[in-house]
Amino acid sequence: MANPPQSPLLIARGISKQFPGVLALDDVSLDVQRGEVVAIVGENGAGKSTLMKVIAGVYQPNAGEVIWNQKPVNFSGPLDAMRAGISLIHQELNLAENLSVLDNLFLGREDTIGGPLRLLARGRSRQLGLSLLERVGLPGAFLDRTVRTLPPGQKQLVEIARALGLNAQLLIMDEPTSSLTQRETDRLYEVIDGLKAAGVSILYISHRLAEVKRCADRAVVLRDGRNAGALARDEISHDALVRLMVGRDLKQLFPRTRTTTSGTPVLTIKDLRYLNGPDHAVSLEVRAGEVLGMAGLVGAGRTELSEAVFGLRSLTSGEIRLNGTPITIRKPKDAIDAGIVLVPEDRRLNGLVLESSVGFNLSLPNLDRLSLASLVRPAQERQLQRKSIEQLRIKTPSAAQAVGLLSGGNQQKVVFGKWLARSPKVLILDEPTRGVDVGAKTEIYTLIDQLAAQGLAVWMITSDMEELLGLSDRVVVLHEGRVTGELTRETLNEEAVMQLATGGTAS
Amino acid sequence: MKKNLIRLAGVTMLLMLLFTALGTSGPTALDRSNLYEVFNRHGALGVITLGAALLIVTGNIDLSVGSVVGFSAILFGVLMETGIDLQFRSLGINIVSGPIAPIPALILTLMGGVVIGLVHGLLVTRLRLQAFLVTLCGMFIYRGFARQLTAKNTGLVQVRELHPEFSSSIDFLRQWLVGKAPNGAQEFPMQLVVLLILALILGIVLHRTVYGRYWYAIGYNEQAARYAGINVERQKVMVFVICSTLASFAGVLLLLFAGSANPSDAGTSLELYAITAAVLGGCSLRGGEGLMIGFVLGALVQPVINNLMIFWNIPSSAEPWVIGLILLVGTIVDELLRRRNARK
Repeated sequence: MANPPQSPLLIARGISKQFPGVLALDDVSLDVQRGEVVAIVGENGAGKSTLMKVIAGVYQPNAGEVIWNQKPVNFSGPLDAMRAGISLIHQELNLAENLSVLDNLFLGREDTIGGPLRLLARGRSRQLGLSLLERVGLPGAFLDRTVRTLPPGQKQLVEIARALGLNAQLLIMDEPTSSLTQRETDRLYEVIDGLKAAGVSILYISHRLAEVKRCADRAVVLRDGRNAGALARDEISHDALVRLMVGRDLKQLFPRTRTTTSGTPVLTIKDLRYLNGPDHAVSLEVRAGEVLGMAGLVGAGRTELSEAVFGLRSLTSGEIRLNGTPITIRKPKDAIDAGIVLVPEDRRLNGLVLESSVGFNLSLPNLDRLSLASLVRPAQERQLQRKSIEQLRIKTPSAAQAVGLLSGGNQQKVVFGKWLARSPKVLILDEPTRGVDVGAKTEIYTLIDQLAAQGLAVWMITSDMEELLGLSDRVVVLHEGRVTGELTRETLNEEAVMQLATGGTAS
Repeated sequence: MKKNLIRLAGVTMLLMLLFTALGTSGPTALDRSNLYEVFNRHGALGVITLGAALLIVTGNIDLSVGSVVGFSAILFGVLMETGIDLQFRSLGINIVSGPIAPIPALILTLMGGVVIGLVHGLLVTRLRLQAFLVTLCGMFIYRGFARQLTAKNTGLVQVRELHPEFSSSIDFLRQWLVGKAPNGAQEFPMQLVVLLILALILGIVLHRTVYGRYWYAIGYNEQAARYAGINVERQKVMVFVICSTLASFAGVLLLLFAGSANPSDAGTSLELYAITAAVLGGCSLRGGEGLMIGFVLGALVQPVINNLMIFWNIPSSAEPWVIGLILLVGTIVDELLRRRNARK
């Protein structure tokens, strides 16, 4: 480092951010020089997005300080940060899709003439707009295109142009390439290089380690909401990043009661493709009496795959077998009738009718068995509800309680309960302990362990590394829709999982 | 459930208030003949309210109800008067049936309602059109159909003149469906009995069968219902069919009760009265809420107000704003109660 020491554009020091029940950031520090591209790397839930949102003023930290241009700042919101020169480019883009590119570039800060008449100064805006588009490498003719008609990559460039129009000195990009094609990604790199040369700094969150190597001057690694280390440009390598992302002692939250036995395959998926899914076909099998863990980073296509098997997405090719017999699944009812059930990722949206009672939810998918000529039999229904509440130890004053008023853990038990009453053959769990407090987590782990011990085939999708390593008999790892590897208990460790999840090969 | 009961208590109190007001408005207000009048109107409005309310429970809406009532009343009359006369020579269509006896005509009219409901349901579920738009278009289309069927009034008097052999069936239907004697005298508010029988059947469906459960689940959270393996589309079509068929039946009742119907105004605005009644009876337009008994009570509000206004010598032109105001006040009270509950 021969450069004379200059004062950094941004210093974040000792940042902590507490959410109910979770310490998302714990004493994290970060600095960014002028014209520097810093990549933020870490596992799901390591605190990357939270840190970015603190810097961009979306969240206010509980402790620590942010120093911007040598002055301590305390942004009250993203607008405040934007005025100061920090712009967050969102994962879900924040453009008004129905308006033109020009309108979007100046939305909310339109240049006007005529005093209180507030007439739009179209000529002046066009000129400024043209120069902004030029900086991100878009042709001037794009000014009049409707944003909706642009592909994702170009929308992103429009958003960057808008940030430049606000004289942004620091651009924060959260997974900017997740929905881009290779060509669009290359184009974005060029723009990033250009901005860097012009003195704009960039904070860049990415799951794709190859990209980090391509465009970052420095990589900062977060782990469990803390600084895990940093790598300078020439130190960045896939292995070095993974080593920093992992490297933690796993607490034994769950002593397993089972020993892995290789049962017969219950669910077999062969060369499966589904509508709007990845190009790669997926094959896997889930065996009786095992927990098959499925790992992968956000966007790897795990949830989509499980939804396809559950009949929520149309299959385009491939085969699903149950106990060796091919079955046809066109809608969820087909899967349920075959004995395949799904505990969805978003419990509140897909798993439960929140406004209705615990009992209503427990009965809902079981009404076919609780009724005679379509009339629900109250005695049978009450019995099922009572049994489920007892077996799963759902803490509720009564079956008539609205399920939305229960704690996250008890809500999740209701979702388990509504399916277990059917004695399923395959249980698909998508992030089974998301939003569940620690005490209830252990209960759910014990339950999953018991269910597998009883011979159920459990397919568990999870981003929680402890859960994955603690409960799984085997682990399948997905990366961008493709199975990149399978690990058995002997080869299973966090580093191996991260290697596969980031697109590397098992070493 | 608790919210449902609060709403029920609300509409019950409103009705008690209205009846007390009615009782003090004149010596004849609570006479049998006046109450018959109120309950007949209640029955007629109630029949369409049940269907509209079930649709609202599933989170949908039907704006075509009034036009379906009008179209069905006209269709029923025209079928008896002249029968089907569809001739499009260029297309090779030539259906001429001749006059149809009252009971088969009634069944054909109801089948028309079934077809309308099916069309609505399929457009909403298969093409994913919005129920609001589909039924708004329907509102114009069925009114147009009614006016195409006949330019002038259709009525039982003409039918009897043209086809004396239908008279006994007409008398039978009038007696058992609307409680009128052959000479036109009101003997009993049979429309209320018809409503109560329908409400009992649909109440069992809503509160005791698998279907009712599915409808509530779909109304509250369609996604969760789908993830629970429910065929959401089929259930929705079913409820659209129930709603339109009940509206058709209400059209039949209208012709039998009034004796004649005019194609341009029979049934107009009834969809709005039905939606109002459903909301007063406990429905939330967001779906998922309401009890059958609430729908029956909700449908009683407008007939009582209408009657009250006659006794108070308020011109009937004021009726729309009075109904609107009561609903608005009800909505405000409901919202305030909800906020207070949310704070607790």
